[in-house]
Amino acid sequence: MGYSLDFRWLHDAAGAIAHGAAMTLLLIACTTVLGILISILLAAARRSRYDLLSKAVAIYVEVIRNTPFLVQLFFIFFGLPSIGIRLDPIVAAILAMTLNMAAYTTEIVGAGLDAVPRGQSEAALALGLRQRQVFIKIILPQALKVIFPALTSQVVIMMLESAVVSQIAVRELAHEADLLQARTFRSFETYLVVTMIYLGLSMAIRRFLVAGGRRVLGAGVS
Amino acid sequence: MIEFTFWDILRNLLFATRWTILLSIVAFAGGAAVGLLILFARISKRPWLRRFGAGYIALFQGTPLLMQLFLMFFGLPMLGFRIEPWTAAAFGLTFYASAYLAEIWRGGVEALPRGQWDAGASLGLHYLQELRLVILPQAFAITRPPVVGFLVQLIKSTALTSIIGFEELLRTANAINNATFEPFTVYGLVAVIFFVLCYPLTQYARLLERRAPAH
Repeated sequence: MGYSLDFRWLHDAAGAIAHGAAMTLLLIACTTVLGILISILLAAARRSRYDLLSKAVAIYVEVIRNTPFLVQLFFIFFGLPSIGIRLDPIVAAILAMTLNMAAYTTEIVGAGLDAVPRGQSEAALALGLRQRQVFIKIILPQALKVIFPALTSQVVIMMLESAVVSQIAVRELAHEADLLQARTFRSFETYLVVTMIYLGLSMAIRRFLVAGGRRVLGAGVS
Repeated sequence: MIEFTFWDILRNLLFATRWTILLSIVAFAGGAAVGLLILFARISKRPWLRRFGAGYIALFQGTPLLMQLFLMFFGLPMLGFRIEPWTAAAFGLTFYASAYLAEIWRGGVEALPRGQWDAGASLGLHYLQELRLVILPQAFAITRPPVVGFLVQLIKSTALTSIIGFEELLRTANAINNATFEPFTVYGLVAVIFFVLCYPLTQYARLLERRAPAH
C-alpha cells in the first residue's frame, strides 16, 4: 500500500481550523437563540384560538421536518434571489438553520407546554396575574425545565448539520477543511482531524448547555 | 441550447428520485444488519465490547454525516478499495444508520422488564436463543415508531451524498439548475418530492406511536 498518514500540514493549518470552528460556534449560537425564541412564539401560536394561525404553524413544521436541510439551504440561497431576495451566505446560513431548528424545537417546546398541569395557570390567574404574565413567569419556566434535555440534543444535532453550509461557501469548519485538503492533498487526514474537532465541539456544547441549564433553571436538569 | 419545460425538469427529477429511494433502501438494510452487530456489542456481558459499542455510537452520533461521507470517500481507497461515489455513499450511510438503529434498539432492549430474561433462562434457553426468541422480537416491536422516524431522517440524509458526487435527486437538481437557471422551481420541486417521500412515513410513525400501548 505504501500510504502513510501525514499530519505535518497541521501546524500551519491550526489558525484556519480555529477560525472555522469559531464560525461554526457563532452560527450555532445565533441559531440557538433565534430558533428557540421563534419556536416559543410558534408553539404558543400553535395552541392559540386562531385556527388559521395554528394551521399555518402546523404546515410550516411539517414542510421543514419532511425535507432535507440541504435542500432548504439551496432553496433559500439560490432560489430566493430569483424572486428578488438576495442574501449574504452567512445570513442565508443562519436563516436556513434557524428555520430548520425552529420547526423541530416548536414541537419540543409544545410538548413542554402541554406537560405543565392546567392547575398551574388556573392558580396563577386566580392570583390576579395577567395571561401574558402567566405564560412567561409560570408556564414557560416549568416547560423549559422538562424539555431542556431534548433542546440540548437538538442544538447538538443542528451544530452537526451546519457542516453542510460549507456548500454555499460560508467559511465555517467544514469549509475550511475543504480548502485545506485542496491545498495539502491530504484529504483523509484533514477530514479526520476536522471530524474529531466536531466530536469535541458536540461534547463541549452538550456539557456547556447542561451546566448552563442547571444554573439558570435550577437542579434536576440533566 | 436545449429548452427545458417544467415537465422536462419534473421528469428528470423523478427519474433521479429512484436513486434516492434505492440508496435509502440499501442504507437502511445495511444499517439494520450492521446495527444488529453493534446492538449485540452494546448489550453484551463483556465490558470491553459494551464500551466499543458505546464508543461507536457516540462517534457516529457526535460527528457530521458530511464528514463521515468524506472520510469514506477518501479513506476507503487507502485501504485498497476501489471507490466510487455510489459505494462511498452506501457505506457512509450504512455506518451512520447502524449507529442510530443500534441506539434505538438498545433503548427497546433496556425497556423490557428483567423478568423477560429470567423467564427465558428458566425455560433453559441460552443467551442467543433468549435474544432471538424472547428479547429482540419485543424490542423491535416497541421501537417501531422511532425506527420509522429514523427512516425519514435517513431519506433526507441521502441528499448529502450529492456533495460527494452521487447522482441522486439533489445532484440532478443542481445540474438542471445550472442548465435552466430556474433555482426557485428546481429546488422547490426537489423539496416537494422529498416531502412526498417522507410525509407518509412521518404520519405512519405517528400512527404507530398512537397505537402503542402506554407503559
